[in-house]
Amino acid sequence: MKIGYYPGCSLQSSAKEYDRATRLVARHLGIQLHDINDWNCCGATAAHSMDHFLAAALPARNLIIAEEMGLDVTVPCAACYQRLRLAHRVLAENEETARDISQLIGRPYKGKVRIYSLIETIAGIGLEQLAAQVVRPLKELRVACYYGCLLVRPPGTGCDDPENPRLMDELLEAAKAETLDWGYKNECCGASLVFSERRLALHLIRNILRNAVDAGATSIACACPLCQSNLDTRQGQVNKEFGTSFAMPIFYFPQLLGLAMGLNPQDLGLGMHFVDPQRAIKAVSG
Amino acid sequence: MPRIGVFVCWCGSNIGGVLDCPAIAQEAASFPGVVFSTEYKYVCSDPGQKLIVDAIKEHRLERVVVASCSPRLHEETFRQVLRRSGLNPYFLEMANLREHCSWVHPDTPEQAQRKAVDLVRRAAAKAARLEPLFPGKIPVVRRCLVIGGGIAGIQTALDVADAGLEVLLVEREPTIGGNMVKLDKTFPTLDCSACISTPKMVAAAQHPNIKLYTYAQVEEITGYIGNFKARIRQKARFVDHAKCTGCGTCWTKCPVSVPDDFNLGLGERGAIHIPFPQAVPNKPVIDLAHCRRSTRGKCGACAKLCPAGAIDYEQKDEFIEAEVGAIVVATGYGLFPWEKVYGEYGYGRFPDVITGLMFERMVNASGPTSGKIQRPSSGKEPRTVVFIQCVGSRDEARGKEYCSRFCCMYTAKHAHQVLEKIPGSEVYVFYIDVRTFGKGYEEFYRRVQDEGAVYIRGRVSKVYQDGSKLIVKGADTLLGEQVEIAADMVVLATGAVPAAGAADVARMIGIPQDKDGFFQEAHPKLRPVETHTGGVFLAGTCQGPKDIPDTVSQASGAAAKVCGLLLKDELETNPLVSRVNEALCTGCLACQPVCPYRAIQPVTITERLPGQPPRERVVARVNEGLCQGCGACTVACRAGAIDLKGFTNKQLLAEVDALCL
Repeated sequence: MKIGYYPGCSLQSSAKEYDRATRLVARHLGIQLHDINDWNCCGATAAHSMDHFLAAALPARNLIIAEEMGLDVTVPCAACYQRLRLAHRVLAENEETARDISQLIGRPYKGKVRIYSLIETIAGIGLEQLAAQVVRPLKELRVACYYGCLLVRPPGTGCDDPENPRLMDELLEAAKAETLDWGYKNECCGASLVFSERRLALHLIRNILRNAVDAGATSIACACPLCQSNLDTRQGQVNKEFGTSFAMPIFYFPQLLGLAMGLNPQDLGLGMHFVDPQRAIKAVSG
Repeated sequence: MPRIGVFVCWCGSNIGGVLDCPAIAQEAASFPGVVFSTEYKYVCSDPGQKLIVDAIKEHRLERVVVASCSPRLHEETFRQVLRRSGLNPYFLEMANLREHCSWVHPDTPEQAQRKAVDLVRRAAAKAARLEPLFPGKIPVVRRCLVIGGGIAGIQTALDVADAGLEVLLVEREPTIGGNMVKLDKTFPTLDCSACISTPKMVAAAQHPNIKLYTYAQVEEITGYIGNFKARIRQKARFVDHAKCTGCGTCWTKCPVSVPDDFNLGLGERGAIHIPFPQAVPNKPVIDLAHCRRSTRGKCGACAKLCPAGAIDYEQKDEFIEAEVGAIVVATGYGLFPWEKVYGEYGYGRFPDVITGLMFERMVNASGPTSGKIQRPSSGKEPRTVVFIQCVGSRDEARGKEYCSRFCCMYTAKHAHQVLEKIPGSEVYVFYIDVRTFGKGYEEFYRRVQDEGAVYIRGRVSKVYQDGSKLIVKGADTLLGEQVEIAADMVVLATGAVPAAGAADVARMIGIPQDKDGFFQEAHPKLRPVETHTGGVFLAGTCQGPKDIPDTVSQASGAAAKVCGLLLKDELETNPLVSRVNEALCTGCLACQPVCPYRAIQPVTITERLPGQPPRERVVARVNEGLCQGCGACTVACRAGAIDLKGFTNKQLLAEVDALCL
């Protein structure tokens, strides 16, 4: 399978390991990822909170390039995914904006590109095919799949049911992990509020971690760079602020899939976590 | 040309506030055939009617034009005026200056004035070509079919039967009683639902004029007002009710255990079962889908144990054909399927999130827990109970736009019951608005608040399981704060939707449904129990959500209409029906499939033309009892052989000419 790949900025910086794991797992599964030529920022947060037009125009440029490459697009980052999907919708539904955008970019968008989250792309090869690639079943792993907000919302643009998403759970179940039905799988992690409203964001992160622990999780799987970053890098601050003692490893879901497929943990970026995931990894590797 | 009189009505300020009525009357005087024209504040009033009567006499009027409101409102009123004056009542033509003009064009009075004059000119042109019409007579079968044996159907059946008419009461479930008999206590008086409904069930079953068919369905309706034919399927019960004594041996000994549908899955029942101990008839049916003898080929315990030898595994469905003069549809309501759309309440994944009707069964003394309120997950008594209102109602995005009307009150009653039965319990009610419109309702709501129920105005954003607790997150929009409650049980006030199968009933009888699937009444205010199909009436929640008092009132209203219809010796038919000119009809029958009332049938006539031998020929014929005068056939007729009486091609063309030439 051949598909356009829109990594987004985070996957070149704070979420490098998400990018590495994604490329490795995709190659292993026979998914050919073609980077969108000369892609630009999706406009997340900065553009969409300041300027409606730019919020659509920035992702639109990426869609136009993908269309010219003749490819659909898969997006690992939840925010990028949502921006691209919303831009696609704006272009389809608002003629005037679509005209202005194509004038600005210099080429029109025909609306042919389909935008998938990475979860959908991997699920698209079939759960049985995925299960067939598993050499190291994640039997010892009790995973709370954490979808956050942008991947499934607003309803109609998300990749799964906004209230009870299951797609990531199904992928990890195919890798023989034990997934949990827990209450915070689609709650907000505070996202970039962690910079401006630190205490509020830490409170939200604490709630997610606590709920996962209460549900019996030994690790959390994410599909969003900001979710992972907040839950992983801020865990120490949460412990300090609230007197808790969380030590919950926060994985990107392709890292876990790669592990199950027998890929090298180092190559999957499993040494780049703040909260040491070694115990969870050892449990899997036996 | 006949002598025409024109009467322009002000309708107070409804028409007179926008249009210059004296000017319209003055202009009308110049229209062809008009010999008299005047205006009056309220033509429909007693002095207004007298004005017409006097003018007919004084000016020897032969046709009358009333320019006022919609003919749906007062056409019949003015026809009576003509009848009183010795004119054929169909010599009336109305111009709708209110709904079609003043109400819709209040901002452009000058153009409205011109339109009003045109409307009157049109009416006068048609009036000049009106022909006298005479209603026909049809006989009436003095028997009424009631579809649905809930409280609405039972009440209608009892009222009609008490008036001395025969009633067939058909219920698809094994017992009558409907939803009401599942309830525990009824608001706001807290009288026990079973105590007030089971005696009515018994009365219906024992009434000499009521023939009860339970576990039966009406499959086909043909015919027309006064003369319907119904085909009823009596589903096989596999128990001969003539032999069965209702002793109960079979249902206590049945080895099968399946979720009890009557108790909404809260308890279990056998394959052979009665829905509940006070069921009417108090005799069992076998649910073949779960019967071990049927699924595994061996068992037969009930047959072996039955002392009366009433079990008959070979029983087949039977069909009953019945002639009836009127039909009352009382098919009731079902609950909004919340599990499919409300993910924030868990899609039905959490056992302790239940519906209001499940709560009713739970708190009911003859229910699965013998009246004990308990968490389905553990069987323990809940301490904190959260009620969520408007689940499926008043939610344009995912539910229904309308208010289900009874949920506010049953939730208040549930809150009261929790506080009464569980000392020290905490009750929270999330609401959008609390609607307590009925007699004694607001008082009850206040009482429940005084008892300690905490009402929180706001929606619940999420319910999730946290250990043994359900965490309910929501907003208090009065305080502007978020609320989080650790609850033991959550009760959803699921809204009402038409009962399953309502669309099939609508199609079978030919009654329109509104956008939500409820049956459409003929007029929302003035004809609330009638439908647009003559002889078919509505009772209860099949027409729209309503509480028990309103349901019973409407049921009695429907019964009064049935009696009014069936106590006549014969019926006058509506003369505004289609007529086929057989000389022009080619027998192509293009009209037959377009008729929504199945009123057109082919007949063979013998035609005698001078100088030729008689020959047989097929033509279309309209059954005047079935025809509702919609006019669809007149448009479909290629030969122009069909005319709708009162709306003939000639009359309509005269109207077009008056407007356009």
